[in-house]
Order: sequence, then C-alpha cells, then structure tokens
Amino acid sequence: MKTIAKTSFAVAALVAGTIGTAEARDQLRIVGSSTVFPFASYVAEELGATTKWPTPVIESTGSGGGMKLFCAGNGLDTPDITNASRQMKVSEFERCQENGVTDITQAVIGYDGIAFAQSKDNDPINLTREQITLAVAKEVPQGGKLVPNPYKNWSEIDSSLPDREIIIYGPPTTSGTRDAFEELVMEAASEEIDGYGGEYTKIRQDGVYVPSGENDNLIVQKLEQNTDAFGIFGYSFLEENEDKLQGAKIDGVAPEADAISSGEYPVSRSLFFYIKNSHADDVPAMSDYVELFMSEKMIGEIGYLKGIGLIPLPKDVREDMRERVAEREQLELSDLK
Amino acid sequence: MSQSLDDISRQLKARHRKSRRLHWMSMTALLLAGAFLLAFLADMIGKGYPAFVQAEIQAEIHYSEMAKDIPLAAVDEDMRELVSRGFLRLIPNEMEANPELLGTTRMRWVVADDQVDQYLKGHYHQLDDEQVAIVDRLVEEGRADLRFNTYFFTNGDSKLPEIAGIQAAVVGSILTLFVTLAFAFPVGVMTAIYLEEFAPDNKFTQAIEININNLAAVPSILFGLLGLAIFINFFGVPRSSALVGGLTLGLMTLPIIIISSRAALRSVPDSIRQAAFGVGATRWQVVRDHVLPLSLPGILTGSIIGLAQAMGETAPLIIIGMIAFIPDAPNSITQAATVMPAQIFTWAGMPERAYIERTAAGILVLLSVLITLNASAVYLRKKFERRW
Repeated sequence: MKTIAKTSFAVAALVAGTIGTAEARDQLRIVGSSTVFPFASYVAEELGATTKWPTPVIESTGSGGGMKLFCAGNGLDTPDITNASRQMKVSEFERCQENGVTDITQAVIGYDGIAFAQSKDNDPINLTREQITLAVAKEVPQGGKLVPNPYKNWSEIDSSLPDREIIIYGPPTTSGTRDAFEELVMEAASEEIDGYGGEYTKIRQDGVYVPSGENDNLIVQKLEQNTDAFGIFGYSFLEENEDKLQGAKIDGVAPEADAISSGEYPVSRSLFFYIKNSHADDVPAMSDYVELFMSEKMIGEIGYLKGIGLIPLPKDVREDMRERVAEREQLELSDLK
Repeated sequence: MSQSLDDISRQLKARHRKSRRLHWMSMTALLLAGAFLLAFLADMIGKGYPAFVQAEIQAEIHYSEMAKDIPLAAVDEDMRELVSRGFLRLIPNEMEANPELLGTTRMRWVVADDQVDQYLKGHYHQLDDEQVAIVDRLVEEGRADLRFNTYFFTNGDSKLPEIAGIQAAVVGSILTLFVTLAFAFPVGVMTAIYLEEFAPDNKFTQAIEININNLAAVPSILFGLLGLAIFINFFGVPRSSALVGGLTLGLMTLPIIIISSRAALRSVPDSIRQAAFGVGATRWQVVRDHVLPLSLPGILTGSIIGLAQAMGETAPLIIIGMIAFIPDAPNSITQAATVMPAQIFTWAGMPERAYIERTAAGILVLLSVLITLNASAVYLRKKFERRW
C-alpha cells in the first residue's frame, strides 16, 4: 500500500511540476490543414533528420481548427505555425488581432489540384463545371425556378454524356477539399447558369452524392468497385493510383501537374502556412524550418514535395514569395480578400 | 388439465425440435462470428506480412567532398532514384561525425526506395523501364534483395514509407499506459475499497454508484474534451504528451477498474471478515491482510482489461493532440508522443501505396500486444482464482 501511495504522490507532483513550463523550447509546434499535413511533415522530418533540432510536432487539425489554436494568443503553449489549404479569413485575422497575435507572415507553398476521377475501365470523359454542378447541386433551375435535382443519369444533363448513373463519392462538410470544390466548381458555375441568381453551393442529399469521410483512400477503393462512380479528392491520390483511376478533363483540361501549376486546370487552390513571428526568439528552430520549407529543394520544380503531389508555384512567383517570407513581411488586413 | 400419454409424447417431439433448433442457431451465430474474425485476420496478415521484409540494395557509396553538400552525389547516377532518400540525406552528418571517411568509397547494403520495394514485392510501382532493367540486373547479381525489415521496429514514423516504423508509437504507448496505470489503479482500487468496506449505504453512496456505472458507458471522446479542459487548459500539462494522454485515458479507465474491483471485493465471503474481526483485527488490518490479497486477482484482471481498452483508444487522443506526426520516440512523459492506434490511423490516410502494408502490419503488432494483455488477464484469473 505504501508504494501505491508513493506512486500517486509522484504523479501528483509531476502534474504540479509541469505547470508553468513556458520558457524557450527547441521543438517547433505546428497545426492546421490535413491537405498541407503530408508536405509539412516531410519538411519537418527532414529538419529533424539533418539538423540539431528535434522533429517538429505537426497536428492535422484542419485549416479552421488550426487557425483557432494559432490565434489563441502569443504564449509559448500556442502553436508557432499553422498550415491552411485556403487563405486566412478576415474573421480569423481579427480574432488573432484581438488576442495580440499581430505579427504574422503568410507563405504560399504551391498548389493542390482537386481531381474528379473515375475508374480506368471507363472511356475518358470531358466534363464542364456546369455539368458537374448540375449533377451534384441540391436544386436545379427548371422553367424559371429552382426544383429538387431530378437528374439520375449523366445523359439527362447533356445528351452528349454517356448513359450512366450519377453517383459521386466526395468529402464531407468538415473537409477543406469540399470547401474548395464548392467554391471552385459550384460557385463559379452557378454564376454562369441562368436561374441560380448568383452563388449556389448546396450539395444534394438524396444519396447521389455520397459523403465518404476524410480518408481519400476509401474513395479510391470505392471507385475500383463501382465503375459508374466518380470521386472527388486531392491530386496526390490520383497520382499515386494512376494504375486504377483516371481524372476527368474539366472544361477540356486534364488534371496534370503543368496544367494545375499554370492555373489552366480550373479546380486548383493555393496552399499556405502562417508564421507567428513573436515566437522567433524563443523557438529558434522556426527560422530553420521556414527556410528549409521555402527552399528550392523542397518546393522547387524538382523539389521533393513535387514527388509527393505538391504542384510548385511558377518560378518568379516562387522567388518573390521566398523573399517576402525571408523578410517576414507582416500580414495586413488588406492582403486578405 | 389432464393430458394423455400420446399428447405428451407429441409435445416432446416438438420440444426436442425446438431445442435442436436453438442449438443449431447458436452454433451458426458462433460460426458467423468466427468467419468474420478469420476473414479480418487473413486480410490483415495477407496485406501486412510483406511489410516485415524490405528491399535493400548494395551500392557504392562515394564519400567525396561533393557528397557533403549534395548527398545525391554519393551514389552512381543510375542508382540515385533507387536508393532511399532516408539513407542519402544522412550522409553529410555521417561524414561530419567520421572525418576519416572523406575520399573513401565503400560497398554497402542500403535501404531501397519504396518503389523498388513495391516492384520486388510484385505490387504496383512507378519505376520506368530503364529502372526496372537496372533493378532486375541488381537482383541477378545478388545486389538487391528483400530482407527482414528491422527499420519497422527501430524507426519512428516517416514520410518515406521505406523507413517508416512503429517504434516511436510503441514507446509512446508504453509511457502513456504507464501513466494511466499509475493514476487509475491506486485511485480506482482505493475508491472501490471505500465504497465496499467503509461507506454507509445511503442516498449519497447510491448516487455515486449510479454515476460510476454511467461513466463507464460515456463515449470516450468526451473524456478527451475533459482532458483538454482540465489537464491542458487548467493545469497546463504539455499538449500531445504521454502525461496528458495517460491521465485522460486514466479517467476513462477509472470506472472500469472501480467496478471490477468492487465485484472482486464483494466476492470475498463475509465469514472471512467476521473471523478477522472476531480475533480483534481493525478494519484496516482486515482489508490489508485478508480482503485485499484475496481479491487481488480479480482486481488485476479488471485493470488489465481496462488497460487493454485504453491502449486501443484513439478518439480522446485526437482532442489532446496525440494524433500527430511525431517521428521521434519520447524520452520522458512530458514530451510529445503518439500511440499505436494513432500511428495506424495516420498511415491509413497516406496516399503512397507502400503504407497499405504498413497499416496492416501495425494492426498485427497492436493485435498481438492486445492478445498478450488479455491472455495474461485470463492466466492471472485462472491461477489465483479461489472458489468459496
């Protein structure tokens, strides 16, 4: 019994002892987007393996969750860097300001394409954003008003499309990929289609669009089993599974690295990370990490991250971005759209 | 009501039929459950066993001045894509630590790129024809081979599948479970002793009992939120550490330990307590010398099962930041750590094909640890159990 009393005492002492450990630390703490996570962890691992610093801890919290933690304050128990698959929102910027996190630098690392893919057993297909929107929207305009989406077959949307059941496996509402899909496909297309009266991003819930969880590997497996189906997921999963899947051309452009980089492929987005400059002195590993991440060997044309699916920025944009990050250019409200 | 012998014998047939049907149905249920388990295990073993071997190739490593800056220069051009980057990037550090290497060339077996590995295992790969020809030639010369994958057991997580391993997660799991045990076991057993041996039976203790039973059924994610609010935000325990993970899982395990300990204490017959009281022992002596030793096997069994459950838990750990990329094994309970189920979860979401086998292999490791834990619980119970 004495030993039990001792152990519980020791644990209590340990808990008490860890209170107030807010001094300088070696280990960098990073949170944020699950899309940026594989790239950031690649850089983190490289930093851990080749320098004296311990490998940074990277949590995949989603872009929004990361911003919430990042903007919570300047204390050393808050993250030093947050990754995002979209730009910081104005509301998040204001939250940061309120909590005293005023000195932030924004870095763009490259692009990520969103693929609309199908099994390789099918003939290649060419879709427009309007057609995709009509297939996934909750309502479609007919006779001047919005009616619940009646389309069950691609050929009903456009007679040039194959006679094939519409079934789409895609990300759930919590996913940044879904946000991007809604913005880049549905918002853009609904402005062109008469009857929506501007931006429309509601996705149908009658079983045609199947939310398939955050795990993109699951969608890949489903596409193998159901050759009628299409899937929506990040470009890197298409690249890794080219033996089983093919990406649909969207507005005539196939999802390929060059087309995504040049902006020709319409469904691509920028990837970001944000640096909390007030931690620069207390967390010395930060500057090495940022320098490594922005280096040509990581995000350049022949960089390692390209090998795992990051689409590099064009050369001049990349060099300009590297310079601005090196100077730790402070993020202003006017930089956010 | 009177029944003739004929009626009874007719009924008897029907009753026997019912009995046989029940026998048959319950056996089908068992077979079905067994079939599911077998299918799952066969799938895991089929997918997971390739991860226990790993492609290695023999390459000439040139420790030149140039390799110090560009590690890729350390191997011949045709081998650059075939040797793992996880090995190459460490060359400059190696040369710094051993200056005498400069200017020498050595033949070494090094870990191969994951594409080579997948090719040799007959899986889908992305090598081009030229690279396939080189690998085929190397295999013929005996310079490329699948060997036992020690990296899987000695490395932490990595973005390079060929050197990704489960070691950091195993260490993290051990530290976390240690904290869980150190926290939940004494508190749980003491609570059970108080409730069984000392507490009066009144409204208050009944309310406590209902709450404990209730807590055992609360979804584990709520314990994560509790852990975040109390341990991280209030006590300032470092996020992602084995300490906060262990305490949170401890909260989750506590009701299980209390309930099983109470059952074990209750199974000690009252005659033993009365006999001890009869010779003048105090309550403290009765508990320490008689009741506790006799109920210890039951308490330990319950605690082991509670720990096994805590070990497989991921949901509460998401909230306290333990589902993260943490390739370094922690040295202390305050450092960032990850656990085995979290590692499996992370690998399952990776795009590279080579992670599929690693995910399955991770599951196999976790399953074998769980089987060991549960088997030891059964063993303890069988060995020390006493019937009255």
